[in-house]
Amino acid sequence: MEFQSCVNIKKEWDIVGARQLGRDIARKIGFGTVDQARIATAISELARNIYLYAGTGKVCFEALEEIDRKGIAIIAMDDGPGIKEIGQVMEDGFSTSGGLGAGLPGVKRLMDEFDIHSEEGKGTEIRVVKWLR
Amino acid sequence: MDNKLKNIVLDHSDAIVKMWLEEFNTHKKQDYTSNISAEMFENTNREFVNVIFSSIENQGLSSDLDDFSERLINLGWPLGYLTDGMQVFRRVIVDFILKQSEQVDTDYFSEVLKKVDGWVDPIINQLVNEYSGSWEHIVSLQRVALQELSAPLIPVMENITIMPLIGTIDTERAKLIMENLLDGVIKHNAEVVLIDITGVPVVDTMVAHHIIQAAEAVRLIGSRCILVGIRPEIAQTIVNLGIDLGKFPTKSSLRKGFETALELTNRKIEDTQNRDADIEKLIDSLDGE
Repeated sequence: MEFQSCVNIKKEWDIVGARQLGRDIARKIGFGTVDQARIATAISELARNIYLYAGTGKVCFEALEEIDRKGIAIIAMDDGPGIKEIGQVMEDGFSTSGGLGAGLPGVKRLMDEFDIHSEEGKGTEIRVVKWLR
Repeated sequence: MDNKLKNIVLDHSDAIVKMWLEEFNTHKKQDYTSNISAEMFENTNREFVNVIFSSIENQGLSSDLDDFSERLINLGWPLGYLTDGMQVFRRVIVDFILKQSEQVDTDYFSEVLKKVDGWVDPIINQLVNEYSGSWEHIVSLQRVALQELSAPLIPVMENITIMPLIGTIDTERAKLIMENLLDGVIKHNAEVVLIDITGVPVVDTMVAHHIIQAAEAVRLIGSRCILVGIRPEIAQTIVNLGIDLGKFPTKSSLRKGFETALELTNRKIEDTQNRDADIEKLIDSLDGE
């Protein structure tokens, strides 16, 4: 397994940095352009959520390698306010910031696996995986 | 005391320079000199140390220092070279003065340190200021250049205007896009605006949100917006994200969008070549009679 590489999210432009690194890793693993776009978009959503709601945090990447399959895991972590109603944020069209409210449910549809842990006042950790087909 | 120290340094400048060069040459292995030839490095070192001495001699910053730092900035030498050089100089000169003095007590020691700092620090400040000033200048120039490029509006023909977007869209740029779009629509009296996103690498919910808002605002002032340049992979991610772009027409390429725009303004593209052929045929048929 490859070592984790992380990008700290502090400014809006760090989102672009995270996206580029993620896209590079995905390309190296062997994802096609469509999946690269999916992965880059998912990273963009997760990193933007950190920037918008938590202020600072980080996005980490992991190249997954199992006997029969390869993939990429993206872990977005922050120490922000946490999410009160996880069920609510996973609904399409729910937004507290006047956005489209398609971010998290969209990420779930873009990726193959989606795990979210959030504790109010402590922070949020989201881990998503995309497998190479 | 003041002049005594200064005289010690100036009288033994040759020895100090030699020590400095020796000490500093060990830094050469560091990567900032990797693409600089040994000869160049040595020449610059000599010039550097001369500049330092001249500014100590003149009791202040000389124009030599300005010239020197300006030249290094233009050549792209790293600031690390200069700050390292000054740190080595400080070490060497304190060492040297203490060795020259027979009797060293704490008062004398602190006096020496204070004096040397008085020589070295203004030079470091000056160099750092020059460097950071030049960086800030470059960054501000680039910011202006980027801003000029960030939301261009091209009135291609009467009533049709195109906004080609290339690169990442952040909130600041999205604001600029909206402003330029609305201003341009009014100014050029455009009926149809084509927003081309061929060059936008990732369309996430935020980018889509801004585009939808811009299109809606364009609609409010009585024009129509067509989103063009949607690549297949972008189309898939938009569908996955569940973004509804159904409120305005979208096309895969600028060309198709342009044709639609012509239709919307009751015009179409016609081939003049065929017409010529038709006329020729007509003339030929006339000749035949």
